[in-house]
Amino acid sequence: MGIQIEGLSKRYGDGPTAVEALKDVNMSVAPGEVVGLIGPSGSGKTTLLKCLGAVIEPTRGRMTLGGQVIYDGGWKIADLRVLRRDRIGFIFQAPYLIPFLDATDNVALLPMLSGQSNSAARARARELLEALDVAHRAKALPAELSGGEQQRVSIARALANRPPVILADEPTAPLDSERGLAVMRILHQLASQYATAIIVVTHDEKIIPTFKRTYHIRDGRTVEEAGTGRAGASVTASGAPG
Amino acid sequence: MISLAGRDILHSWSKFVLTGLGLGLLIGVTFTMAGVYRGMVDDAKVLLNNSGADLWVVQKDTLGPYAEPSSVHDDVYRSLLGIPGVAQAANVTYLTMQVRLGETDVRAMVVGFVPGEPGEPRYLIAGRRVTRSHYEAVADVNAGFAVGDRIRIRRHDYTVVGLTRRMVSSGGDPMVFIPLKDAQEAQFLKDNDAIVNERARTAGNPALNRPGVPGLLDAIEASQTSGRTVNAVLVRVAMGHDPERVAAELRRWKHVEAYTRAQMEDILIAKLIATASKQIGMFLVILTIVSAAIVAFIIYTMTLGKIREIAVLKLIGTHNSTIASMILQQALWLGVIGFAVGKIAATIWGPAFPRYVLLEPWDAVVGFGIVMLVCVLASTLAIRAALRVDPAAAIGG
Repeated sequence: MGIQIEGLSKRYGDGPTAVEALKDVNMSVAPGEVVGLIGPSGSGKTTLLKCLGAVIEPTRGRMTLGGQVIYDGGWKIADLRVLRRDRIGFIFQAPYLIPFLDATDNVALLPMLSGQSNSAARARARELLEALDVAHRAKALPAELSGGEQQRVSIARALANRPPVILADEPTAPLDSERGLAVMRILHQLASQYATAIIVVTHDEKIIPTFKRTYHIRDGRTVEEAGTGRAGASVTASGAPG
Repeated sequence: MISLAGRDILHSWSKFVLTGLGLGLLIGVTFTMAGVYRGMVDDAKVLLNNSGADLWVVQKDTLGPYAEPSSVHDDVYRSLLGIPGVAQAANVTYLTMQVRLGETDVRAMVVGFVPGEPGEPRYLIAGRRVTRSHYEAVADVNAGFAVGDRIRIRRHDYTVVGLTRRMVSSGGDPMVFIPLKDAQEAQFLKDNDAIVNERARTAGNPALNRPGVPGLLDAIEASQTSGRTVNAVLVRVAMGHDPERVAAELRRWKHVEAYTRAQMEDILIAKLIATASKQIGMFLVILTIVSAAIVAFIIYTMTLGKIREIAVLKLIGTHNSTIASMILQQALWLGVIGFAVGKIAATIWGPAFPRYVLLEPWDAVVGFGIVMLVCVLASTLAIRAALRVDPAAAIGG
């Protein structure tokens, strides 16, 4: 289950000007696991994230999500929009909350898009906001929330449809170290609580020790490093690595 | 499902209201232009209705008296009265000129009429009707005169004894009604120097001043200084007679042109104000295009300001139709606000216009439809931009 990638490649363009952004990338993340994807700028992290998020099509390879093959030389899912909506959660570098929806409706929007009733969707949103300790700001608009609160609401949104996989694109980048570590603590807790596989793309040296496993990506190739840091479970309640 | 458009509007309501206000004022101008045209048409109809005539008898082969100069001898009405079906016939004259009140001039159409006959203003809003044979006048309230004012028409002063309403020429000039004989004199009377010159010229002409024909010169001079023509004869048809048939009889036997009310309406509306209506039509088209451009620009700009949010919405699985619907709804709400502001604005400033502005409810309904259509069309550019947003844009820096 979780997500598996085998021999994934992505080439931009054709002929002599073609750029091989990903070269035979292999990766596997189990449910409840949080892995880091680390690499310098231009190494292919974002391209990999976009392939995983089904927003760009790989050139070749195979991807399995929650036990279902979603790509094998071509998309195996008819509607990628529904795949993204129901089976992949996204956390962005900036929270990118919808500015005219309050925290509850930002989270409830996804279940609503999936066809849930407004009341059921809002109940789910309240449950997640409670779990992420921002329930007291449920009625606040994004502009009224602090950076950390916004990021927690965006994490709640990513979890709203109970996806088997969450892709986090530098989720701690706009936060200071304390808040960044707090976000990582939350991600580790939620991964184990909801059995979600989480891939975190990061540059942030301070959070790297929180991963049990990391994938280093360089020139489009991944190298797995196990035991690079302490487990997320060992991050203390204050957010600092224990 | 929550209304994304509604939430966005509520979130940035001040921007929407201010934009709607600006758009509304433009729509208000559009409504007013349409109202001016409707007012011109209505003025023409009211003018015909208030004259109390069923037929307008004018000089043959002319469209007079409103659209073309027409001259009919002032005794023609007597022979018209002998035609079966003619109940009343009365002379009228029309002359557009400057009427003086104190030190100010007012452009007005001076109407000569016979009291108690067709052509007399039917309704007064103040004062009384003209009861004396000379030097009394009834004026349209738009002339700005008050009962008791002394106005000057050519050489003579007239007392305004009554005021009427909605009696204006096709050019929008208010009408001033004076007794027929005074109007004829005003129309044809020359100044004293011109009369002296004309008399000398006539006396010097041997053909007109023959020694053997006493009285000829006096008769010719008398005819030169008195007006014996009118512009039209207004006819009221007797009960039970078809105005069209009576008009045909008049044309056949009296060598004049006779127009029924429908024909006169056609002349006034289709011919006389045709150019004005085309002018207004052009303004309406331009204003509609400008309104569309404004809505398109605003909605497009607002959409561009939300590109990142739209990319996120698409990435998390929002259907394109939901995003298109959000933009469309915003454009339509902008149109609704603009329409409401425009309608209210036109209603408020309409009466301040010098010409009658008639805001027809049906025009408002059609206007609302056009505003909505314009908003739909204007939103297509923004919808196109939104649908082109790549969800991948949400990922990465």
